[in-house]
Amino acid sequence: MIIKQLSVFLENKSGRLNEVSQLLGDAGINLSALSVADTSEFGILRLIVSEPDKAYQVLKAADFSVKLTDVVCLNSPNVPGALAKALNILSSEEVFIEYLYAFSMDKQSANIVLKPDDIQKCIQVLQKHQLELVKASDLYKI
Amino acid sequence: MIWNEKIECASRDEMKALQSERLIDTVQRIYHNIPSYRKKMQEVGLVPGDIKSIDDLSKLPFTTKQDLRDNYPFGMFTVPMSEIVRVHASSGTTGKPTVVGYTRKDLNTWAEVVTRTLCMAGVHRNDMVQIAYGYGLFTGGLGMHYGCENLGASVIPISGGNTQKQLQLMQDFGTSVIACTPSYSLFLAEAMEEAGIKKEDLNLRVGIFGAEPWTEEMRREIESKLGLKAIDIYGLSEVIGPGVSCECEHQRGMHINEDHFVPEIIHPETLEPMPDGEVGELVFTTVTKEGIPIIRYRTRDLTRLIYEPCACGRTLVRMEKCKGRSDDMLIIRGVNVFPSQIESVLLDMSETEPHYLLIVEREGNLDSLKLMVEVQEQFFSDEVKQLEVLRKKITHNIQSTLGISVNVKLVEPKTIERTAGKAKRVIDNRKL
Ligand SMILES: [Zn+2]
Repeated sequence: MIIKQLSVFLENKSGRLNEVSQLLGDAGINLSALSVADTSEFGILRLIVSEPDKAYQVLKAADFSVKLTDVVCLNSPNVPGALAKALNILSSEEVFIEYLYAFSMDKQSANIVLKPDDIQKCIQVLQKHQLELVKASDLYKI
Repeated sequence: MIWNEKIECASRDEMKALQSERLIDTVQRIYHNIPSYRKKMQEVGLVPGDIKSIDDLSKLPFTTKQDLRDNYPFGMFTVPMSEIVRVHASSGTTGKPTVVGYTRKDLNTWAEVVTRTLCMAGVHRNDMVQIAYGYGLFTGGLGMHYGCENLGASVIPISGGNTQKQLQLMQDFGTSVIACTPSYSLFLAEAMEEAGIKKEDLNLRVGIFGAEPWTEEMRREIESKLGLKAIDIYGLSEVIGPGVSCECEHQRGMHINEDHFVPEIIHPETLEPMPDGEVGELVFTTVTKEGIPIIRYRTRDLTRLIYEPCACGRTLVRMEKCKGRSDDMLIIRGVNVFPSQIESVLLDMSETEPHYLLIVEREGNLDSLKLMVEVQEQFFSDEVKQLEVLRKKITHNIQSTLGISVNVKLVEPKTIERTAGKAKRVIDNRKL
């Protein structure tokens, strides 16, 4: 259930994002999801890729500051209020979310990547409430 | 006016005789009172009797800032603490500050040399002197203060900062002499402009500027903006503080009070004395100080000595404006900064060797310090919040270590140029 997300430190200057995707593309690594968190000075690029460990080595070899972070991915029905419901459950069970981002695969559902403070507890809570978690192997394949 | 004509206009032979007599006495005192000096002399097989005149000065071992740190706080004082009436300390170095102590006689000497320098600058007893150097552990404020009082000028002991108050008193009290760092004088000029105060509204006549390097270009700018004569003064706490040397009205090099502080110029690497008139590292030996006499202190300032007589009538040797440093020390807003200090702050925050680049700029008229730090894996968190915390922590730690503000920018690894594997640490864009 745990997904390895790749986090890359980027200065806010043009062309760096291209460089990352080029490097991964050349290594035959596919991107499943991507999100950028930034300030005026720097940003953190977060990626879900087909081969996280290989991607880590590729970017590290190219002198990027890169890290593998454990996250979970929730598959949520594409209906109003679904995300709010899941988040309410987590917060009432005292699981805190440091950040999240979502991407839609089809019209029926959305994938929501969550970085909780306590990943084991987060998984337990979601399972207890029958919320659907995406398997790592499925996600890497997208 | 020449304050002490007998000394300041003495012939070279008279000066050398005086220096010789005083050096012999100083060497006796340090040999018998300071174990670290005695040990150094013994290591090169010297006894006090070997020093017969000032020409023997170059036989003596050097003293560095590190010696003062190693003997922190009072290990190099030659007299019992009961004889010490004041201590000063300089900050801006890693770990321990360097501490200096003054006896009653030392304070009198200090006042005397500062008074001489004020006269060189053209200050007289009718002047109203605003001292905008910091008062406190730093020698600038109090050093100037007692010299001015000794001269009989009126002192405004306002200390550093508080620009609005500075301007107000300059107007209300009719300040005729300002003493501060050269960069602060330009800052004052800017503040005047903003406040709509013209130089004609003020009574400024002379500015005594020191504690940081400045250029002839800055001098012209200061003189035209403030309507005064800008005089360069030099000093360092290890020798005494301000008043080691100062320009006269001809502004052609700073006359050294060499009856107290004997200068030499050495090659910074071979450490051999340089031929007369050549540029090298300035070294001082104090020959009258009691609290903390210092033998062949390496200032790290690069300059040359001018022995030709000066148009002002003084025969005191002159030193040119300093041309740089023989180490990597930077002087930023009057504060001594070593890149190694930044390095140790960063090292304290992580396990591995940090990569950083210091960029010093003069924005407007104030020095600014920018620090680029490579976000290596040990620093990298995948949360923006954590990186912001990191940036703030670096900023804070450096500020509290150096005492000056710094603008920290996090950059990607290998962004900072490396030459032969070693990173370039400092870019000084101030063009001094
Ligand atoms: Zn002169």
